[in-house]
Amino acid sequence: MRRAGPALLATAGALGLLATFHSTPAKLTPSAASAAPPPPTSDPTTTTTAAPVTTRVTSPPTSAARPTTTAAPAAHVVTGSDIGTQFGDVQVQVLVRGTRLLDVRAIRLPYSHSRSQQLSDYAAPRLRSEALQAQSANIDLVSGATYTSEAYIQSLQSALDAARRA
Amino acid sequence: MTVRVEAMWGTTIRVEVRDALDPTELDVVFDWFGEVDARFSTWRDDSEISRLAAGTLRLADASDDVRTVLARCEDAKQRSGGAFDIAYAVHPRVAPAPGRRLIDPSGFVKGWGVDRAAELLVARGIDAFAINAGGDIVTRGRPRADGGWRIGIQHPDERGCVAAVIELEDGAVATSARYERGDHILDPRTGEPAVGLMSVTVVGADLADADAAATAAMVLGDDGPSWLASLPDVEALCITNDRRVVTTDGFDRHRCHTPSLP
Repeated sequence: MRRAGPALLATAGALGLLATFHSTPAKLTPSAASAAPPPPTSDPTTTTTAAPVTTRVTSPPTSAARPTTTAAPAAHVVTGSDIGTQFGDVQVQVLVRGTRLLDVRAIRLPYSHSRSQQLSDYAAPRLRSEALQAQSANIDLVSGATYTSEAYIQSLQSALDAARRA
Repeated sequence: MTVRVEAMWGTTIRVEVRDALDPTELDVVFDWFGEVDARFSTWRDDSEISRLAAGTLRLADASDDVRTVLARCEDAKQRSGGAFDIAYAVHPRVAPAPGRRLIDPSGFVKGWGVDRAAELLVARGIDAFAINAGGDIVTRGRPRADGGWRIGIQHPDERGCVAAVIELEDGAVATSARYERGDHILDPRTGEPAVGLMSVTVVGADLADADAAATAAMVLGDDGPSWLASLPDVEALCITNDRRVVTTDGFDRHRCHTPSLP
């Protein structure tokens, strides 16, 4: 239990970053990155595409961002270790230069996401849901629950016919 | 335009033809509806269905039409996992002879009879018409140059309103629902009234199959919409008890987008 604590915290941190860059992706695009390799795409759903890699280090992102005394450090892509959570495996990749975090993306998503993805794939053809609305329309025919011949006179179909004859 | 409306099969059958005809030209279909009634009615002691139930007619000696209908009812039962079953909820009028199986295919015969009536009209060169048998509809052709038949799906609460409008040329629309005659649909698997949905409308090519699917979906209740979505070649609109509309993904292609006139 004790060992799970930091891992979950790191996961929560990574997810928090993901949430941040969902809402404000522009802020994570490095403004002075023209000399640097292109950052990973800011869309976490396209993580299966090949990553633009300079250096790959298998270590948690937090341990990769070490201060350095050399000038003009190169940007690095750092792949975090695979962290098991109660929701499934989470793995993130970050682009760092020196101590600056330039970009982050998930390369393995929590169970809840992949599960819902599976469900939506499985459910095709899908169903749609909407609120019931009453329409009055220009129609030829009415489909509805079977009425008796006595009840027909009160049906919308018979009302339509009466209105047409009038 | 020609319209002829007659009370038959315990409901009202309305035939509309785009072209102006002598109404007697529609005798062919109304005679056919009478023939279906004579052969299938559970209200007539001498119908084949009553005689099958009484044990005075063997299935092998029944007409081709009766054997075809019973075979298709069995198919519908298999497809629906028993949610559609003509051997249940039989009208007490046709209590079977001892050892005989209860059958009442009325719920299938209506759609089948209308499908066959459409073939009769097409064979006579009538190519634009709609038959509405108590809310279950078959259409062919176009009633006007700019589109197909515009069909409203009855709103469950407001008699003068519809819940959706679809446009159809060659097709069938069946609705099964609780709002008109109460909880008359029983779950053949439990014997309890089917109350999980308010209304199910199925659009397809064949009215008998569409009607059987609508009835089965009513019985399936919460599972009805996803079961309908799994069927090939039909689209459906279900109205839930809490008045939401659940449609299959392809239902929208039937929806009428032409602006309606006030």
